[in-house]
Amino acid sequence: MQRKLIQFKERGLYIAPIDTYIDPWRPVGKAIITHGHSDHARRGHGAYLCHDDSVNILKYRLGEDIKVQGVPYDQVLDIDGVKISLHPAGHIIGSAQVRVEYRGEIWVVTGDYKTEDDGLAVAFEPVKCQHFITECTFGLPVFKWKPQEVVISEINEWWTENVRLGRPSVLSSYALGKAQRVINSVNHDIGPILTHGAVENTNEVLRASGIDIKETIRVTPDTDKSLFNKALIIAPGSGINSPWLNKFKNASIGIASGWMMMRGARRRRAADRGFVFSDHADWLGLNEAIKATEAEYIYPTHGYTNVFSKWLNEQGYIASPVETEYEGEVVE
Amino acid sequence: MKLFANLFQQLDRTTKTTVKVKSLAKYFDTASDTDKVWTIALFTHRRPKRNVKTSLLREWAAEYAGIPLWLFEESYHIVGDLAEAISLIIDDSQQAMDKSLTTYIEELIDLKDKEEHVKKEYVLKAWNSMNQTERFLFNKLLTGGFRIGVSSKLIVKALSKSTGQEENVISHRLMGNWDPSTISFEDLILSESGLDEISKPYPFYLAYALEAEPEDLGATDEWQAEYKWDGIRGQLILRDGELFVWSRGEELVTDKYPEYEKLKDYLPDNIVIDGEILAYIDGKPLSFNMLQKRIGRKKVGKKLLQDCPVILMAYDILEYQGKDLRSKSTQERRDILNGICKNLPQEAPIRISPTIEFADWDVLKELRSKSRALDCEGIMLKRKSSEYKIGRKKGDWWKWKVDPMNVDAVMIYAQRGHGRRANLFTDFTFAVRNEEGGLVPFAKAYSGLTDKEFKEITSWVKKNTRERFGPVCSVHPELVFELAFEGIARSTRHKSGIALRFPRILRWRKDKNPNEINTLEDLENLLTK
Ligand SMILES: [Zn+2]
Ligand SMILES: [Zn+2]
Repeated sequence: MQRKLIQFKERGLYIAPIDTYIDPWRPVGKAIITHGHSDHARRGHGAYLCHDDSVNILKYRLGEDIKVQGVPYDQVLDIDGVKISLHPAGHIIGSAQVRVEYRGEIWVVTGDYKTEDDGLAVAFEPVKCQHFITECTFGLPVFKWKPQEVVISEINEWWTENVRLGRPSVLSSYALGKAQRVINSVNHDIGPILTHGAVENTNEVLRASGIDIKETIRVTPDTDKSLFNKALIIAPGSGINSPWLNKFKNASIGIASGWMMMRGARRRRAADRGFVFSDHADWLGLNEAIKATEAEYIYPTHGYTNVFSKWLNEQGYIASPVETEYEGEVVE
Repeated sequence: MKLFANLFQQLDRTTKTTVKVKSLAKYFDTASDTDKVWTIALFTHRRPKRNVKTSLLREWAAEYAGIPLWLFEESYHIVGDLAEAISLIIDDSQQAMDKSLTTYIEELIDLKDKEEHVKKEYVLKAWNSMNQTERFLFNKLLTGGFRIGVSSKLIVKALSKSTGQEENVISHRLMGNWDPSTISFEDLILSESGLDEISKPYPFYLAYALEAEPEDLGATDEWQAEYKWDGIRGQLILRDGELFVWSRGEELVTDKYPEYEKLKDYLPDNIVIDGEILAYIDGKPLSFNMLQKRIGRKKVGKKLLQDCPVILMAYDILEYQGKDLRSKSTQERRDILNGICKNLPQEAPIRISPTIEFADWDVLKELRSKSRALDCEGIMLKRKSSEYKIGRKKGDWWKWKVDPMNVDAVMIYAQRGHGRRANLFTDFTFAVRNEEGGLVPFAKAYSGLTDKEFKEITSWVKKNTRERFGPVCSVHPELVFELAFEGIARSTRHKSGIALRFPRILRWRKDKNPNEINTLEDLENLLTK
């Protein structure tokens, strides 16, 4: 058998003909980056290629001085006969699937993705290929997401109730992606939206790139404390677990994550509310996405890869799990 | 079921006892009488018999969801709870219909002798008519094991709030054998009964921990000192020839300690004695661990009665000849108690907690430091002139414990041991609560338990694993342990902000629930000592 176009190497997913990696987890010369989350976009590579909307995010997270080139979705780059193009993954702003074509062989690497249109990231588009390297963070049939508007109305209700009881609503969510998704879709008539520094810094980077993120107020020592009991306060998990939280006396703590599907995960975090809200595909989404690629070979990464591969093999695919260092969705 | 599911959600979303009581009371205000009775039954471990095998439930769930059985099993393994796994794997119904909790339970009881296909048809139809929370609860009814962090104490509080009845009256009524499928709410909770009055305990007077130096208490001859026994606080009531034993949590525990029945022959009628329920053999107390074996049991077997008999270590008398003595002085009450217990034979399961003679505070300090050797927790100090007050009041009663360096904490992670114990979970991570009621991990500890206890914990961990990280499992925060340690210091490296020196497990506190563990603040207070 001839060598695979994309090989699973120690440092990451490797495109041999052009000596380039996709989302490598050790420093390499040339890296194509699917999106700005820290387990996919790491420090220390010689040159970065990513979607236009990810450029500023990468610079903010990895340093102004990185060498980075942005491309729009669907534009084909021909590098020594290897055709590279990025396609919307619907995961977060700037997230992309990477399509690689060489001598008639087509591979797609998804990075992280979700199939629901969240109104902020460009919606996921299936890309036909023969080899599909797919994440499967939530690759078990117990994971089923409700539509975004349903979850958002749950958050709105919880927030409204907290305002009525005169207590702050602190919502834990990823600083990049989920935070903005919440900010842009909750009902701003309920009260102000306050943000932890990590979230607000990201907001500013995105706003500077021309992305419309609704109004938020950064929490500083000078912030008017009378706002707290009316506000929805968005913080990353690390903020929830730090003394920063003590500012908000009597706060109700919510966590937005796909893991909140499970009662044990909710109870372990000792949160008051768990909202099942993820930027990854659920069981149905994964299965539909895979089908739509018409690929024969499937390589699941992140999460329950063995179980998911076994399932895919029973469905007639040729599937084998890939060991990576991606982390899926982490609740701290 | 909707109403019950709603209650469950509210209870599940909070760790705050006051909120739980409020939700329960509101439920008791609105639910139908039969639903109320069943709810009380479920929360006090009187669930209906299981009439469908769980292996069948797994098969049906997989089939219904259109997935192979192995995939269901994998999912179940990750979720960790069968009722929950099934509730998640099945899609929410589009045509929800609502039947009451009682209806569902009655229908489930009816399934008993039905053929398998009838059972299957019923269960599938039910699954299809519910949302996820309802389906979870329905499955819990099917599979049994209804543990959702509501103690019978909370139920009692809520019922008291809802009906206006006194807590101890309700507590008494929930004891014993009643059948939820036949008894009415009226008979169970509301109607008057003569037994209520004669079984009624007095509220306990509780001591504060002595934080100052004992010298600050003044003259030694104003104080009565005795050892602080490491048992369970109890009140023994003998009225109209009937005997009742209450433990501190407003819990009637007469059935758990049948030894006391004999006291009817030795004690005069119409008295109430305050003391310590203590495991005791050959003139010596046994460790609290021994007594714990009896706490969780409804029925005590012969062997346990033989290995771990109890006595009442009496230290106060609250009623004599039917008269309330609480306004008399501690000294006077003690004299009366001495008079009653003076000439009792050895086989009477009661002892007087001896008072300690001490001329100055230094003598008492010395005795206190050695009290561990007597299996005591320290010294109790009671002002001789004091009356018997209600609840925890400062000033007259002090507990002066040895070795303050211990803490009640809840287990949140478990890890497998090495070598001989490789198949057991032996290393645990523990958490205390922070200000917001959240759990903060603060210590890892292993030694201190017996192999038998490790085995018991191991099988519990397997059933209650939430997530796996290599050899480490995170578990439901439910098991409470008392940890001891040699020192405590601030640490920036630890999430809790503190580090313990030589933490070890002292004992498994089966008598405590995770709401009763210590807080981070408690630990921080130890820092200053
Ligand atoms: Zn991601
Ligand atoms: Zn990822």
